Amino acid sequence: MARATAPVGSWSQDFELLDADYIEDPYPIWDDLRQSCPIAHTERRGPAWMLTRYADVVEAAHDIERFSSLEVGVINTGVQPEADLEVDEPYGLPPISADPPLHTWTRRLILPWFSHTRVDGYEAMTRDICRRHIDGFFAAGHADAAADYAQQIPVRVVAHILGVPESLSDTFVGWVRDTLEFADDPDRNLRGQEGFGSYLIAELERRKADPGDDLISELLGTTHDGEPLADRLVLGIVALIMIAGIDTTWSSIGASLWHLATHPDDAARLVAEPGLMPVAVEELLRAYSPVTMARRVRNDTEFGGCPMREGDKLLMNFPAANRDPEVFERAEEVVLDRAINRHVAFGVGIHRCAGSNLARMELTVALEEWLRRIPTFRLAEDAEVTWAGGQVRGPRVLPVVFP
Amino acid sequence: MKIRVDPDKCQGHARCYALAPELFSVDDYGQSSVVGDGTVPAGIEAQARLAIANCPESAIEELAG
Repeated sequence: MARATAPVGSWSQDFELLDADYIEDPYPIWDDLRQSCPIAHTERRGPAWMLTRYADVVEAAHDIERFSSLEVGVINTGVQPEADLEVDEPYGLPPISADPPLHTWTRRLILPWFSHTRVDGYEAMTRDICRRHIDGFFAAGHADAAADYAQQIPVRVVAHILGVPESLSDTFVGWVRDTLEFADDPDRNLRGQEGFGSYLIAELERRKADPGDDLISELLGTTHDGEPLADRLVLGIVALIMIAGIDTTWSSIGASLWHLATHPDDAARLVAEPGLMPVAVEELLRAYSPVTMARRVRNDTEFGGCPMREGDKLLMNFPAANRDPEVFERAEEVVLDRAINRHVAFGVGIHRCAGSNLARMELTVALEEWLRRIPTFRLAEDAEVTWAGGQVRGPRVLPVVFP
Repeated sequence: MKIRVDPDKCQGHARCYALAPELFSVDDYGQSSVVGDGTVPAGIEAQARLAIANCPESAIEELAG
């Protein structure tokens, strides 16, 4: 699925996150970079630096003084926000694309929706979604574990939380892919932004007239400093939950199923030792972390000996950090019962993924339900597995058989 | 054994709660704190050590004592 990009001569000086080989198999590239040039650079789509060592990634994530979240996309889209935007109005997708103080209070608005207690309440629904989809392909003895299963789950859970119809799931998935996976394609990117924008504006108006018990209605009824939230702010928060809550978790579920399809001993062990699941889920999150995030350098500075200029992008490659042998023994291996696993798949610092409890539950339930019905499975003969990458890495086509 | 959670470091990953639910409580905003005064009941010291070792923010510490 990767688009053609100019060949990479030097990964340390000219890296390209959308390079087909990198998307397919980034691990040797990270290993080389960590050893030879742990802070890589590129001028493609503007100047950007990429951190691949755990210690650097963690330090940068905590350094909110020097590195701003106003620009978290790893690929410059080239798509401009609307011209009539008022500058003093909150903009973007808070809290992910905001710095304090906007970040702090918008994050507090959504965190309770993703607390342990709330997430426990979403579990039965999630299990039902998984079972329904397995029912749909089980008799056939084969499925696309990415498109027919992984992709179908988080979008429905998020739709429930937001109070939008599950029947629009394919449309939402399309907009999310336009926004994230095709960030380098201005037409698709704009289509995704406009799709979300026009749909959600209509949803906001509908709820103002007839509020429900969903997150959108609650945000519309919330005040900050005595004032109702601006529509644009609510729009940004809701769009964030869809964008960040769908593609990421789906990628984790898909990558985990890819691992189990290609490592039958691990699948068999999880079937035999279901109590291992919580630890195994952390290990799968570590080994197949989907998300790389960016920051914007606020002012000229130096980091790790590299001269960074105001406005440069700084990429925190969490997936690479999670395979850093300085921190993880046998970092390149999936060790299902890895007891010490301080991975940063959900980021660290004030921008720790607000939906991490939800994502963990969805990944756990998706794997449990799959293994309960389909304990043995493998890649289909001549299966052409395809991966997407860039901001979020995960399989998009994953044909498996369970005859 | 006695432990504490540094509230300035905790960012709500909830790894501690998953590993040792008897020792930690987590509020609606994800903030973790120790149950009681942080004294670890006999027999679950290993869980406390796992929580310390898995916190992505290194926010949990064992108090000297």
